[in-house]
Amino acid sequence: MTLFKIFISAFLIDNVILMRFLALCPFIGMSSDEDKSVGMGLAVIFVTLLATSATWPLYHFVLKPLGLEFLQILVFILIIAALVQLVEFYLKKSAPALYASMGIYLALITTNCAILAVTFDNISKGYNFAESLVYAFGVASGFMLSLLLLAGVRNRIKTSPIPAFLKGTPILFVAASLLSMAFMGFSGLVK
Amino acid sequence: MKRFIRIFSNGLIRENPLLMLMIGLCSALAVTTATANGLGMGLSMTFVLLMSEIVISSFRKLIPESIRIPIFIIVIAAFTTIIDYVLKAYFPDLSKAMGVFIPLIVVNCIIMGRVEGFASKKPLRDAIPDALGMGLGYTWVLTGISAIRELLGNGTILNIRIMPDSYQPILFFVLSPGGFFVFSLFIAFNLWLKSRLKPLEEEQA
Repeated sequence: MTLFKIFISAFLIDNVILMRFLALCPFIGMSSDEDKSVGMGLAVIFVTLLATSATWPLYHFVLKPLGLEFLQILVFILIIAALVQLVEFYLKKSAPALYASMGIYLALITTNCAILAVTFDNISKGYNFAESLVYAFGVASGFMLSLLLLAGVRNRIKTSPIPAFLKGTPILFVAASLLSMAFMGFSGLVK
Repeated sequence: MKRFIRIFSNGLIRENPLLMLMIGLCSALAVTTATANGLGMGLSMTFVLLMSEIVISSFRKLIPESIRIPIFIIVIAAFTTIIDYVLKAYFPDLSKAMGVFIPLIVVNCIIMGRVEGFASKKPLRDAIPDALGMGLGYTWVLTGISAIRELLGNGTILNIRIMPDSYQPILFFVLSPGGFFVFSLFIAFNLWLKSRLKPLEEEQA
């Protein structure tokens, strides 16, 4: 039950993009059509889970016993960067088809702040390993959901009359603002 | 000196990292619920950017091309850790309000972009004005957004009451939808400003 609660609150209530403003760069950059957002979303889910399963044990079994907590930022970002590189090499070699469809997103993921934030959250919220994984999955799915939603809205924006001064990027943020207002309706879903 | 000013002013409006280049958005929207937070975040970010550009620009001839990205990340992460601990020690309230966004300076695309695209190729005397310009360009937008959001959402600026007591705060602005909305107006304003400045510059040239 608690696991389910963690998932729902990470997925909807504290939605990583619309409520917490993380990962806005891919949100604006990669949501121009639905295929792209699904590709990016899946890549983020995969890497977030991977990063969590690497950083959580590392923090609790290596950094903490040795009293090296101050190296957290440095170690985590390097681990994530290295992991992404390894996955990229592996996919290139053994699954070229998958690499062709997912590869470009992987390279961008290293600087996706949502992933780094999830690994920090897992530590600061005191989750155990299973809770961390569920939390990571919830956050990453929430990312994919908002990306898909914005992609849908953008399709409509193309054919709608828009006030001249909001044309281009400003209207995207107005749309995001409305989406975010809709998501506020979810607060209070989990007590 | 002229060169210094030209590079410095680039970051303020023409190539403003937030409004024109659209990078480093996350922290800009998340922490700007109060003016103090926006100012604090902007200055922390300027510090990390300045120090990283100084270090990388000074060592640019020694850094091997093939492993430059990991080296950049280590340098940036080191300064981010420093500012994180300094804020925790001297400004615990501010540090708490900004939360995870201080450690996240390390993945802020502005820093990585400037370091990779500018500091790693240019001498120190160009890198310093660039870092200051970009940093302050980021800071003024952050301060502006947070001042508007705090004024309308809470009736105060820097915790000093501005609006009359009868003013009913509009909660919308301090919640997340307000962040997106105010930011969209900022971009629109900057686009307008740029379109007005363009003929002026052409006239001078």
